[in-house]
Amino acid sequence: MPKISLSHFEAAFLFSLFVSVVMGITSKKTQNERVHYGFYCFGCFLLALFGIGWAMKLGHG
Amino acid sequence: MESTTQTADEALPPVKVWLLPVLAGWIIPGAGHFMLKKSGRGALLFASVLLMFLFGLSMSGTMFTPEKGPDYLTTLINYGGFACDLAAGAMYVLAVMFGYSQPDMPGAAHDYGTKFLVTAGLLNILAMADAYEIAAGKKD
Repeated sequence: MPKISLSHFEAAFLFSLFVSVVMGITSKKTQNERVHYGFYCFGCFLLALFGIGWAMKLGHG
Repeated sequence: MESTTQTADEALPPVKVWLLPVLAGWIIPGAGHFMLKKSGRGALLFASVLLMFLFGLSMSGTMFTPEKGPDYLTTLINYGGFACDLAAGAMYVLAVMFGYSQPDMPGAAHDYGTKFLVTAGLLNILAMADAYEIAAGKKD
């Protein structure tokens, strides 16, 4: 198995992508709702990623 | 009383309707959806769970083993993590069989790997629940 070392951002980005795809598919009943919910989840993940990242940076000074 | 029993019976679909898709979905992520003729969704679920699992292995993630820890929290984490790893189905079995289970190491990348492996199993549980709902006719 090839070893890879991802940065925090890359790992969190991939995590967000895969989880959003599955949550979009499994949570809603129509195709449109699934696509919208998938993008919504992904947007929320990224928002949290950048938001918490900046909060930690500013918190540490 | 009779109407309550009838409602409960109606709410629970027969086991033979959903057991095979759910079981197939556990062994191979997305297989339940393929069996229910939802190939597009099945392919996306398969790709997402498989990639998550492979990234977890590539980042040297650790597989949990069901063992007692020095305290209750560690025991809970070990058993819970093992259940989640096991939910990934055949991928977990093959990874352990071929010796890809790696020792716990310090470092952010390894920690992410462990979380990826656990999350792959959790996502497969979501996929299995979705297959159940489709098989039971609760969802298209």
